[in-house]
Amino acid sequence: MSTGNDNAQNMIELRGIRTQFDDFIVHDNLDLDVRTGEILGVVGGSGAGKSVLMRAIIGLKRPSAGTVTVFGEDFYGANEEQRLSIERRWGVLFQGGALFSSLTVAQNVMAPIHEHLKIEGELARDMAALKISMVGLAAEAGAKYPSELSGGMRKRAGLARALALDPELVFLDEPTAGLDPIGAAKFDELIVNLKESLGLTVFMVTHDLDTLHAACDRVAVLAEHHVIACGPLDEVRRTDHPWIQEYFAGPRGRAALSAKTG
Amino acid sequence: MMALQALRRYGRCVQKELTMADSAAYFDIDIERGVMKMVAAGDWRARFLKQVDSRLRDFADDTMGRELIIDMTGVERLDTAGAMVLQRTLLACGARTEVSKIIGASEAHAALMEQVVDHLAPCHVHPLHPNAFKAMLDRLGRGVAEAYEAALQLMSFVGETLATTWRVLTRPSHFRWTSTVHHMEEAGLNAIPIVGLMSFLIGAVVAFMGAKILRLFNADIFTVELVGISVLREFGVLLTAILIAGRSGSAFTAQIGSMKIREEIDAMRVLGLDPMEVLVLPRVIALVLMLPVIAFIAAILGLVGGALVAAFAMDISLALFMARFQETIIIDHFWAGLIKAPFFAFVIAVIGCFQGMEVEGSAESLGQRTTLSVVQALFLVIVIDAFFAMYYLEIDF
Repeated sequence: MSTGNDNAQNMIELRGIRTQFDDFIVHDNLDLDVRTGEILGVVGGSGAGKSVLMRAIIGLKRPSAGTVTVFGEDFYGANEEQRLSIERRWGVLFQGGALFSSLTVAQNVMAPIHEHLKIEGELARDMAALKISMVGLAAEAGAKYPSELSGGMRKRAGLARALALDPELVFLDEPTAGLDPIGAAKFDELIVNLKESLGLTVFMVTHDLDTLHAACDRVAVLAEHHVIACGPLDEVRRTDHPWIQEYFAGPRGRAALSAKTG
Repeated sequence: MMALQALRRYGRCVQKELTMADSAAYFDIDIERGVMKMVAAGDWRARFLKQVDSRLRDFADDTMGRELIIDMTGVERLDTAGAMVLQRTLLACGARTEVSKIIGASEAHAALMEQVVDHLAPCHVHPLHPNAFKAMLDRLGRGVAEAYEAALQLMSFVGETLATTWRVLTRPSHFRWTSTVHHMEEAGLNAIPIVGLMSFLIGAVVAFMGAKILRLFNADIFTVELVGISVLREFGVLLTAILIAGRSGSAFTAQIGSMKIREEIDAMRVLGLDPMEVLVLPRVIALVLMLPVIAFIAAILGLVGGALVAAFAMDISLALFMARFQETIIIDHFWAGLIKAPFFAFVIAVIGCFQGMEVEGSAESLGQRTTLSVVQALFLVIVIDAFFAMYYLEIDF
């Protein structure tokens, strides 16, 4: 919506990704596309490398092989300046919110605005207020320190910071983990709303079956070092793979499904 | 009504400032059939808003209460920040009539304008600060109350440790040998190289300092007494205690504290294990046993350091040093130093464990407690040392 590359079909293209910790291989020959304007949910068992995959895309864990193409540019092949301009176009919400504990919520949201846009004063404050309000936090929350917030509020504040620069692409690491079911459902709703209104593309790592039903356009399943299935939920659910069957046809999978259809 | 010319200056200046980036955000003011019209154009994304924002504020301040039409036909790009400043300008003009509206926005831009309209309220940035003087009094009061509380808790912890020691002494099968020996190695044996090196250097430094002054009085030989008495009575044991407090006391806090964070201590209690018995006692006993040993080694190495300096930098041969040492330094000096070691060890270990047990929840608290553990242990070690010095003076030891 805000910057170019509208004609590019895929916002992220992963080709032949291999990541490893010493001899332990997490991903091998992994391909994955994230299409512009979709919410992609990445699921997989504990230790399947969901978070590692996200870290590989955002530059925190360099893959030992393969290419990461974001906004049509090779991220790991880019120079410092190109990389910075790519990084400005995405926002990341870490699992615990990862707010700077010495800053208030509003100061947290203003940090990237100061740093990247060099905007100070009233405009920065208004922009922060806008983002804080958009993620559903009260104006009073702006002056609070992260330690004074509940888990759900912390995630919302983290999302406000991720959205500070109006990113086209947002990474969410288990956004609903640790929230109560009501808070989790509200957060799903918030993500869908923001995606609709701001035209975001969302890459979401999740464990939460309800989130998959409520928010995700497509689902990618990580297992055996690569993506074993990727597509709309109904399609993926029918894939004949033991892990997928166990995941979606297990008691929790069925409960989430019936909650959606019933 | 303000003249059109006057109104136009708000936008014009913006345009003039933007010579290099011609697509950046700018606006122009027009009056059409008596209604003010703002024609916005260019790239209205956050990074291009800096100049235009203050102009818009001035414009909104000066035209309050009037009807305004914002024409967005020329806006090429828009993000939430741009939408916000436009929407804010529209609302700030005050006249919420049929006439005031936005025209010419593309579908996407109109949706974005719609999206921000509910979120224009300012928010608080800084926490509310109460009166500074009151805040200071508040802190002072809290500090005193907390210090009292902490002292009380520490006393109770010391009591608990002693009670546990007694209980274990009467039922020796409860004593954790493996754990104790492990801590003797970890906190004691492994500290010997660094403590020894430091003590050696201190002995050498004291000899140097003494030699320089004593030579003025032609009393070089008294270097032996200087090194002997100061290292045996004070430096050997005190510096050992200080180093162990920094090295092992803080390690105790960190170990027990991280177990506390992971709820391991609670798990122990639920399983019927007494953390005092399992965690605290082995550490306290290990340190009480090991500190005198390390202090002894430190004292010897301090003397060696002094003797070597005397031999090489002055004219006191090793044989002369030894002879003089045996002649003038009585064994009391050695005991006066070493007796203090177990007391220091007890204080260091108990405070290390106590602060570890006081850790709650966060990694932040662990860091605070570890610092506190070292500071308190050092403070008490020096206080105890001072008491010993006064006591020795009184009994002429």
